[in-house]
Amino acid sequence: MKRGPPSTGAAVQRREGLAKLTGRERYVDDLPLEDFLWGMTVRSPPPSPRGSITAIRFGRDVDWSQFVVVDHRDLPGPNVVYLIEQDQPVLAAGVVRHVHEPVLLLAHPDRDALRRAVHAVEVVVEPEAPVLDFRLPSRSDEIQYGPDNVLKHLRIEKGDVARALAQAPVVVEGEYETGAQEHVYLETQGMIAALEGEVLVIRGSMQCPYYVLNALKHALARDETRLRVIQTPTGGGFGGKEEFPSHLALHAALLALKAGRAVKMIYDRGEDMAATTKRHPARVRHRTGLTRDGRLLAQDIEVLLDGGAYVTLSPVVLSRGLIHAAGPYFCENVRIDGRAVFTNAVPFGAFRGFGAPQTLFACERHMDVIARTLGMDPALLRRVNLIRDGQSTATGQVINDGSDRVAVLERALDVSGWREKRRAHAAFNAARAPVRRGLGLATFYHGGGFTGGGEVYLKSRLQVAGLPDGRIEVRSANIEMGQGTLTVFTQIAADRLGLAPDAVVIAEADTARVPNSGPTVASRTTMVVGRLVERACDDLRRRLGLSESARGDSVRAALRDWHRAHPDQSLVGEVVYEKPPGINWDDATYRGDAYGAFAWAAYVAEVEVDLRTCAVRVTDFVAVQDIGKVINEILARGQVQGGVVQGIGWALMEECKWQDGAMVNNQLTNYIIPTSDDVPPIRVAFLETPYPHGAQGAKGLGELPIDGPAPAILNAIAEATGADPRTIPLTPERLMTIAEFGMRNAE
Amino acid sequence: MRPDSKAKIAFELNGEPVEVAFAPHKTLLEVLREDLALTGTKHGCELGECGTCTVLLDGAPVLSCLVLGLACEGRRVKTVEGLAQGSRLHPLQEAFAALGAAQCGYCTPAFLLTADALLTDNPSPNRDDIKQALSGNLCRCTGYIKIYEAVELAAARLRGERAEPARESLYGSR
Ligand code: FES
Ligand code: FES
Repeated sequence: MKRGPPSTGAAVQRREGLAKLTGRERYVDDLPLEDFLWGMTVRSPPPSPRGSITAIRFGRDVDWSQFVVVDHRDLPGPNVVYLIEQDQPVLAAGVVRHVHEPVLLLAHPDRDALRRAVHAVEVVVEPEAPVLDFRLPSRSDEIQYGPDNVLKHLRIEKGDVARALAQAPVVVEGEYETGAQEHVYLETQGMIAALEGEVLVIRGSMQCPYYVLNALKHALARDETRLRVIQTPTGGGFGGKEEFPSHLALHAALLALKAGRAVKMIYDRGEDMAATTKRHPARVRHRTGLTRDGRLLAQDIEVLLDGGAYVTLSPVVLSRGLIHAAGPYFCENVRIDGRAVFTNAVPFGAFRGFGAPQTLFACERHMDVIARTLGMDPALLRRVNLIRDGQSTATGQVINDGSDRVAVLERALDVSGWREKRRAHAAFNAARAPVRRGLGLATFYHGGGFTGGGEVYLKSRLQVAGLPDGRIEVRSANIEMGQGTLTVFTQIAADRLGLAPDAVVIAEADTARVPNSGPTVASRTTMVVGRLVERACDDLRRRLGLSESARGDSVRAALRDWHRAHPDQSLVGEVVYEKPPGINWDDATYRGDAYGAFAWAAYVAEVEVDLRTCAVRVTDFVAVQDIGKVINEILARGQVQGGVVQGIGWALMEECKWQDGAMVNNQLTNYIIPTSDDVPPIRVAFLETPYPHGAQGAKGLGELPIDGPAPAILNAIAEATGADPRTIPLTPERLMTIAEFGMRNAE
Repeated sequence: MRPDSKAKIAFELNGEPVEVAFAPHKTLLEVLREDLALTGTKHGCELGECGTCTVLLDGAPVLSCLVLGLACEGRRVKTVEGLAQGSRLHPLQEAFAALGAAQCGYCTPAFLLTADALLTDNPSPNRDDIKQALSGNLCRCTGYIKIYEAVELAAARLRGERAEPARESLYGSR
């Protein structure tokens, strides 16, 4: 629980840091490229989210013979983007299901001419009745998926909720809503496709090179030997570059194949914001039975996600959302029922947290609603209910990781000065000044790695090669997008074999060179793939005939000797993922061990609300978490601070404005993300209870920090003002409309 | 002028005189990246909204996506490529590296240059001055805190103080 001494690598600097600081790092748009065409997309226009394409008109002012034009008939294979279900076309074929659906691709050497040409194409859509509000049941003429437009329905059941609710002395109900969120990675989506001999090579900004490879293989009907996908340094992803790059790679590939030349596609910000995925909007309802002193007796939870126009990743987003929906608490009777529904909106997709931020927002805001109903201190309510070792979650997973969740909470209360500040705020607010202050809390958790049997299904493979000069090379498909993969893998391998960090080379994520170690998502890279790095180092050591304790000089010497004895041969340690013992999941009943490990956290936000303008400022923030083991303090703090600020944005200002299922504020001037001016001091503390099956004891971290800020901030606003906000983003406009707030304001 | 004819200008780029010919409608961002092959300057919107394309023009931060290349005739332009002196990093670059202020790195060149201009004007900025100066630059990864810390560290070193990163930033609180 208490943190040990820093590991050798605690202050190792980011490996590619120098390149990034001197401008030498080459992102996809920076790569030198000769004799290429620019590619762009013609999309279905507003205002018809749903309908048939009745005509495509090419303007007369353009000399179309100079353009490469691709439509769905140019696909060599099936017209689908390969993912969970094969329902989303690469290019619309006759029908459209959302505004901005790709219809045609154009390429030309001159980007300005190309822009004009895109505008000169008119796509005519004969409209049909769309579904635009995911909260309303679909009428029969609106059904476009299955019998009822439900993309996925899942249910988790434990105990007897109906009986427990009927008998509970107190029942508290609440309904909570969260809005869509745009990723705003600073580097927009970009891809280059080029034929190099027989091989179609894709270079671009992405999280999952093998997802892209599989999508190409399928829709281009091209075998793997003639495909190669290389990730370029990626300027942020946050999930936005999980599934979407498969589309762009296919588009660039189709143009390049038809043109017989390299094609580069770089989205401008407007297209990127309007046409790519976002966080799923959600509505979550809670009915909670409790004893009068705040012990949870029953949790009845209903989750509804807006999936948008195609299945994409909605079933698994829903799954993670449901599993996190009951919060980090013990309750004997839990029912969680969830649906992701079809709408004619631009499809929603992966975003850091993957469903959990939505359900944890509802859970943690609801905990404060309960505390207010019971007249109980919110921290005490959580302390009473936090899950203890030996108790089970909603899926029946018995938690036994040695982590002290109450200590995590206590630490957050301590660092934030919870008790003193709450008293001080009460006194301050009693003066009825136009500015009010409040402190809010959220306790939460996040499961690392793929849900349920996902990691087993992925069968991740990874290699560590021994090089003739005594260095080693880690070969994985996991990519760097700012979160620190290159550095963390370096440290893990260097520590395992007792080598200096610069004796570790991390191979470029190039499907022609690295095995499929799975996607860079789901907080799995350090915990799950990092463990594969350790095991592949062990395998390399075995192949050298060294004992398990061999490190440093003896490893280096053995590597050189081996290569002298085997000139021109390669020496590769290789491993495949193995399920840790005792982890069992049943997908049919949705019961069992949903994740190998959960990271646990308690966040405290302090706010100041100006009652005249309803402007909210976050004035202080404390983030405490037990993540098993901190491998690199600098990177870990950066992940937490960055996630908290993204969470502040989602909670208070980032609002997608919708019209006909499309985002209309698709600019950074009217979709507002936090600037340096919006950021409070963020104090970060880690506790360490090692997870035996994670690299060096680490659990997942990347997503955790986006789960806590929104509920902590709204709880703080409720405390400061007496209002009862249930929806985010809580913009000043929205805060102003809350009735109780108006009454309090008038006092 | 015919649309494909080129304009030619001379200006000072990272301390060296340069001459460059380019299509006259091009922005400074495009001239730097496409005609001078200096791709260290990034772009996140090309509409003046994100700050990612910031360079220094006569020492002041400008959004290079909003400045016409033609407007730079005879002026001084500084890009991220001009920060280090040979292999010697600028103190800001060193501080950013030590404190991990670059994550994905896409916003980093712009932050370095904006901070460089700030420290030239004001060698001892407080946290609010730094926040204010950097508020036109978006970063989606770091949450900005490490960027402030790095600017403060570099400022102290540029003033000749023997400053080191806070222990907690590197090793945490134990
Ligand atoms: S590229 Fe965004 S401000 Fe210039
Ligand atoms: S480091 Fe990624 S946007 Fe700033």
